[in-house]
Amino acid sequence: MAEAILSVRPRTSDPLPGFRLALFSTLLWVGLIVALPLTALVVRPWQEGLGAMTMALHDGRMFAALRVSFVTAFIAALINVPVGLLLTWTLVRVRLPGRRIVDALIDLPFAIPTAVTGITLATLYGPQGWLGKPLAHLGINIAYSTAGIVVALMFVGLPFIVRSVEPVLRGLPPEQEEAAGLLGASSWQTVWRVVLPSLLPATVSGFGLAFARGIGEYGSVIFIAGNQPFRTEIAPLLVVVRLQEFDYAGATSIAFLLLVASMLCLAGVAMLRRRVARGLISGVN
Amino acid sequence: MSVHIEKLIRRAPGNPDRLLLDRVSVDIPDGSFVALVGPSGAGKTTLLRSIAGLDPHSSGLLTIDGRDSSELTPRERNVGFVFQNYALFQHMTVAKNISFGLDVLPGRERPSKAEIDGRVKELLELIQLPNLGNAYPQRLSGGQRQRVALARALATNPKHLLLDEPFGALDPVVRRTVREWLRSLHDRLGLTTILVTHDQEEALDVADRLVVMQDGRIVQDADAGELEAHPATPFVMEFLGETLTFQGTVSGGLFLPEISHVVPFPVAIDEDGPAVALIRPHEVRLAADAGGAPVRRIGSRYGLSRLAVDLNGRIVEVLGSSNEQIFPSGAKLHIDAARLFRDGMLLSAKDGRHAAAA
Repeated sequence: MAEAILSVRPRTSDPLPGFRLALFSTLLWVGLIVALPLTALVVRPWQEGLGAMTMALHDGRMFAALRVSFVTAFIAALINVPVGLLLTWTLVRVRLPGRRIVDALIDLPFAIPTAVTGITLATLYGPQGWLGKPLAHLGINIAYSTAGIVVALMFVGLPFIVRSVEPVLRGLPPEQEEAAGLLGASSWQTVWRVVLPSLLPATVSGFGLAFARGIGEYGSVIFIAGNQPFRTEIAPLLVVVRLQEFDYAGATSIAFLLLVASMLCLAGVAMLRRRVARGLISGVN
Repeated sequence: MSVHIEKLIRRAPGNPDRLLLDRVSVDIPDGSFVALVGPSGAGKTTLLRSIAGLDPHSSGLLTIDGRDSSELTPRERNVGFVFQNYALFQHMTVAKNISFGLDVLPGRERPSKAEIDGRVKELLELIQLPNLGNAYPQRLSGGQRQRVALARALATNPKHLLLDEPFGALDPVVRRTVREWLRSLHDRLGLTTILVTHDQEEALDVADRLVVMQDGRIVQDADAGELEAHPATPFVMEFLGETLTFQGTVSGGLFLPEISHVVPFPVAIDEDGPAVALIRPHEVRLAADAGGAPVRRIGSRYGLSRLAVDLNGRIVEVLGSSNEQIFPSGAKLHIDAARLFRDGMLLSAKDGRHAAAA
């Protein structure tokens, strides 16, 4: 394996100078920043012995938390797809007054501390909040329910979709749409058959990013979720709870499962992306 | 199926004073093959896009088959359009690209799947790519993409074919083949074809008629022979090929060149005054003359010698008829075949025929 890596040679016409330097700095960097912590995470749970791990794996509360995390992240990312596409379309294609302001606002969820987001949403959707109160009259409870978690994750996930799709939509050659129109396609057919398929790989990427962020999201969720074990407790919170109980084996086994499940999900997203990218991205056929 | 355009004006979006098309009138009858030629920014593509209905015009009349184009839907317009960058749908296979125009037809008009497949197969044969139906456009070469774009445009049996710089991205050899193939296709399918190109040779090779444009206007609209014999302006002459220019005056039925070693020649022009003579390098005749201009052979082209003639410091390059032609003691230039212009207008056509004969 190591030999295989070391025997890598630059393509003869590669214009990038310092191939070795580039390769080794990349390996070192990825190793230190990404691989080392992940390896520690994979190794650590087994250090307490197999018993601790099996005990952790029989913990129903943990599986409930994992389920809450994955299901809410998935739903939030899924809802964000049409919303994000519509928003991107408006930003790129519609000459709205004030679209620059909207454009700047979209990135805010990246910038605000997630705890601030969480508290804001909890206040807004809480029983006495601006939105929570009228909704409560209609019998809809957002705060302290899984719906609340979804709302928080939609908020933090939206920019991923918009920012993934935006450059692709901007870069679409207008001639493709004109060609479709001249061939007799209605505007709906043009959007559905020509524009959206071109945006699909970027959309799936954005979905993957939003989904991944949603699984790991902590700060913005815990204030609005209510955090009832088995119902609205997310996996990252349970990790913290276990740590506070000095149950390191429990904490690391949740983390390990989160890691494995996340990797499986992201691999699935990557496969889906390859599938929809046929003909669109070089090297994908 | 004809296209008729009268006094068409298109103003630049955001700058109404700038005219992209300035009172353009042109008539394109059924079955003709017309090339719109001119330098970049002349308005060729703008005119083509107006005909296709892609860009609106500010005023004027544009009818397709006698019907006002503004009342026609893209489908009724019945045009196939090939874009400069081909604009193929990257996420669809070649076959899907070609069948697009049929796939989007409303249910009752749409042919059955088997019929569509048959049509795609037929078109793939037509463009000589029978085995590439399942490939994605990305994998194709420039020439193949171009033909796919053409097949896609032809799938719905349009009567008009509009092509925007269709050969621009192809290498010279492929260009020539595709050009010939396109011409035969035009004749076989009975199309009315309008081609935009900035390459005058291409236009001369393939089209029945050339519409020369400059600054949003049509300068001249004629066939190749007519353009060559009676170019409307010096620009047309220069645009269509290599040109030599000689300033001079018309006096007493003779054109008197300013520069020495160029022989005066008789012209049928009554009005004396300044004039400019334009001539193709191969139309210049050299005659040995002691004390004439020194001649040097600098190369050859099409089997002709390329000769540099030194006219008192101004070097002009002409094409001599044979390789042995050497003028040890110098030569004089005969330019009787020149077209004469005054104030940018044609005075006298090729070989001294009067411009009015046009």
